[in-house]
Amino acid sequence: MEAFAKRILEDDSITFAEKIINIKSVKQDVLQAGDIAVVNVDLTLAQDSTGPLAIKVFNEMGLQKVWDPKKIFIFLDHTYPAADEKVANMHNIVREFCKQHGCSVLEGTISHQHMMEEQISPGVLLIGADSHTNQGGALGAFATGIGSTEMAAIWATGKIWLKVPETLKINLIGNLPKGIFARDVIMNLIGQLGEDGANYKSLEWKKGGNLSIDSRACICNNSVECGAKNSVFEVDGITQSYLKNMGRKPVFDVKSGKNAVYADEINMELKNLEPQITLPEHVDRVKTIAEVEGQEINQSFLGSSTNCRMEDLEIAARILKGRKVKEGTRLVITPASKIIYWEAMKKGLVNIFLQAGAVFTNSTCGACVGTHMGVLGENEICVSCSPRNYTGRMGALSAKVYLASPATVAASAIEGKIADPRKYL
Amino acid sequence: MKQKLLKGKVHKFGDFVNTDLIIPFRFKARTNDPYELAKYCMYGLDISFPKKVKKGDFIVAGKNFGGGSSREQAPIAIKYCGITAVIAESFARIFFRNAFTIGLPVLEIPIATKEIKDSDTLEIDLNKRTIKILRTKKVLEAKKVTGFLEELQKAGGLEGYYKKHKKFPWE
Repeated sequence: MEAFAKRILEDDSITFAEKIINIKSVKQDVLQAGDIAVVNVDLTLAQDSTGPLAIKVFNEMGLQKVWDPKKIFIFLDHTYPAADEKVANMHNIVREFCKQHGCSVLEGTISHQHMMEEQISPGVLLIGADSHTNQGGALGAFATGIGSTEMAAIWATGKIWLKVPETLKINLIGNLPKGIFARDVIMNLIGQLGEDGANYKSLEWKKGGNLSIDSRACICNNSVECGAKNSVFEVDGITQSYLKNMGRKPVFDVKSGKNAVYADEINMELKNLEPQITLPEHVDRVKTIAEVEGQEINQSFLGSSTNCRMEDLEIAARILKGRKVKEGTRLVITPASKIIYWEAMKKGLVNIFLQAGAVFTNSTCGACVGTHMGVLGENEICVSCSPRNYTGRMGALSAKVYLASPATVAASAIEGKIADPRKYL
Repeated sequence: MKQKLLKGKVHKFGDFVNTDLIIPFRFKARTNDPYELAKYCMYGLDISFPKKVKKGDFIVAGKNFGGGSSREQAPIAIKYCGITAVIAESFARIFFRNAFTIGLPVLEIPIATKEIKDSDTLEIDLNKRTIKILRTKKVLEAKKVTGFLEELQKAGGLEGYYKKHKKFPWE
């Protein structure tokens, strides 16, 4: 390793975010929170609603060549398979570009989950044309979202400018009680901070030692809902064994220095958490479940990149096994990746879901963004473990979306109204 | 580059106008045509908004304008609908970047919604980053921008910068 990177990694006085941006910076000056850096990007992702626009801009600028086709991944995931002719044409723009430039087009698996499964290692800088790119921090990467035009510029140059963010440290204390999950943890934080409470900031999660990679992925993914630029768990034994299983190893094992300066520090006592529920229209209207228990629903949605990994499906299966979705209520289950789809089949979870009366779809962002496979009609009410409940997000402007953990979503499907999952576990 | 004074009428919104309200996914994901995107500008708050905008008008809003998704189609819909600047008390990170990148002027003024009323006429000087409210004759200063953001604003966006200089600002 070069001397500058070694010096940065050993620096006791700077945070994870400061270290990683310094290591990737094209200049060897020691930068701190607030400074602007030009950085070399390790991996990029775009998807079928940001990629076609990036391709249009790339072509309009007259750019001829991509910097490195092996580092460019474009996913057809948001509306996959194409729900209509317009989407089909957008998909073909991506396929043609990838063929021309030799980069990867990945169809029918959600970008954030796939990148974790196959590409992300600790210490890499991942930039995505998608706000939930933050998920990559679950494996100790610096992962953040940008727009389409800047993605086109990265495709051409491999570089981007970034402001070094201040860091907010979150200390998780103790263990999660029965019926409380990673999603409840991050929803609680979003409720505390507000939707812009971590705007421009990096989140660093400490002592989350017993949280699985699936749980960390949920927390990092959902952290953008309080504005976080990125969100990261330090590499530990759980990260190492996940990577080993996936056949990868850390690039850099980056840890904040002991004397690093934080913008703020929050302690969360996990044993005090109740199941959380977010009221419609704003992601920070977070309450405890007792306040809305009994609210009738039309649809339960267990899907999106925020949840619906194996851990989530296993909990839902435990709750749904031998039970039925309430008549008049729909339960739509959409796995976060192709690999998860297969695993759920092999483990017999899909049988449990189908016997309960659920619809089990292919991997897509579908219902979460109101584009297909679970769109809400006028005045319908849905409880969902997807990330956002904004007006019109999942369909009609008059539809209402409550956000909750996969366990709460599954329990609510059984009762046809918002239900506390703890009685089923 | 010298930029002329902008003059127009205010369309005022509240706090937390997120990108799904600015343009829902199902419309933004099905076209690359900016004028088609503009037809759905502010759809989540006022379906008839594009018809109410006269070219040169401004949006004034409260806290965290443009929160949520990374969709660049949000500032594009606003720009091609005829809005020439957005003034807000604060902006969400990705929207703020995207606005500079696509050449939609954005000005951060923490007292904006207190001082400016709906339908006010404003004069904006982008070089000085000041706005004048004609009703009260008050002049408000927006937060300064420097470095890459300033260069992008002068060039009218990243595409404009690249076409002029044959390189990106960081090259």
